[in-house]
Amino acid sequence: MKTLKVSIVTPDGPAYESEVEMVSTKAQSGELGILPGHIPMVAPLQIGAVRLNKSAGKPDLVAVTGGFVEVRPDQVTILAQAAEAAENIDIERAQEAKTRAEGRLNDNREDIDRIRAELALKRAINRINVYEGQV
Amino acid sequence: MVSLRDIKSRISSTKKTSQITKAMQMVSASKLNRAENNAKTFVPYMDKIQEVVASIALGSKDVTHPMLVSRPVKKTGYLVITSDRGLAGAYNSSILRLVHQKIQERHSSKDEYAIIAIGRMGRDFFRSRGANIALEITALPDQPSFSDINKLATQAVSLFSDGEYDELYMYYNHFVSAIQQDVTEKKVLPLTDIASSNKLTAYEFEPSAEEILEVLLPQYAESLIYGALLDAKASEHAARMSAMKTATDNASELIDSLTLQYNRARQAAITQEITEIVGGAAALE
Repeated sequence: MKTLKVSIVTPDGPAYESEVEMVSTKAQSGELGILPGHIPMVAPLQIGAVRLNKSAGKPDLVAVTGGFVEVRPDQVTILAQAAEAAENIDIERAQEAKTRAEGRLNDNREDIDRIRAELALKRAINRINVYEGQV
Repeated sequence: MVSLRDIKSRISSTKKTSQITKAMQMVSASKLNRAENNAKTFVPYMDKIQEVVASIALGSKDVTHPMLVSRPVKKTGYLVITSDRGLAGAYNSSILRLVHQKIQERHSSKDEYAIIAIGRMGRDFFRSRGANIALEITALPDQPSFSDINKLATQAVSLFSDGEYDELYMYYNHFVSAIQQDVTEKKVLPLTDIASSNKLTAYEFEPSAEEILEVLLPQYAESLIYGALLDAKASEHAARMSAMKTATDNASELIDSLTLQYNRARQAAITQEITEIVGGAAALE
């Protein structure tokens, strides 16, 4: 079966690179599945997981914090400000970030940026989900 | 006449100083190495984002976005990247001199510009001159990651979108080689000079080109700022390395001349003693 070259790059360097059969992720307009031979396309992504199906074994999971995907017939590039493959996620840090964000939201103070805190919570939950494979 | 003991203590203190500068030079050399690697890992990301931005912005003529359009300038933002500590030769002073000069040329009142300061030296410089500092960040690590600068970059971009200023310039030392760093002025916003490197790809946009630009352009501008920071950090380590090398060289030169002076003084003392003994013996005869 044909494969796609996938690279997930962040400002801190490449986070994931591999040959896969299918890429599925959540674009802002909805779920998006990419197979080899896709027309060139650009789409912004939601905070979520990227699932990379390989010919054998379990699919790889990578947590991304938004960004966008650039598709070419034989290549997919995901540009995100941060991305972590499931095996690289520091689960304790993610849990801490979640608690902190929840605490900030529950405080209900005036001087905090609610949107920021909500985004932080979303990112933390996303990392935990990817780590546990629940996507 | 300087006493032997004075010279000796000067030699030993200069030696100690040169040991410190030598150590600092080696520390900076290894930091420079890592900073160069950081800059290298950032290149694929920057290349890709530039390619996509160019494809969208130049590919489809009917697409516009506030960040791509120049508007009448009422207020200018200056993002100045300096180091937190000194001992880096002319690293900070050359940047600050350029920015100060540009501001003097372009603006007549303090309300016409705002400073975004990265690094303590720049912040203190503008604060002591009473300039309006919109954002500041200090004590960045030597090997900054994107998350360290993310918040400031986002705010800097949104100040432009909110109309706080109408253009944003960035000043930093561009790393050319270990012995050469160039002070660079770069216009970040509006994004008017998007370079198209190679042939453009015609993309499908999901959902639309405008909405993609909405996500893409801020991310692009933020990565420009991050790229400049990495570049500036590499320059900082290089500048500090060569400053410390010069200091070490000067110290060893100084030690040489002091040692010569010490030996001369010692010999003069011995000669004088001999003369005294000979003189004393002659008086007895």
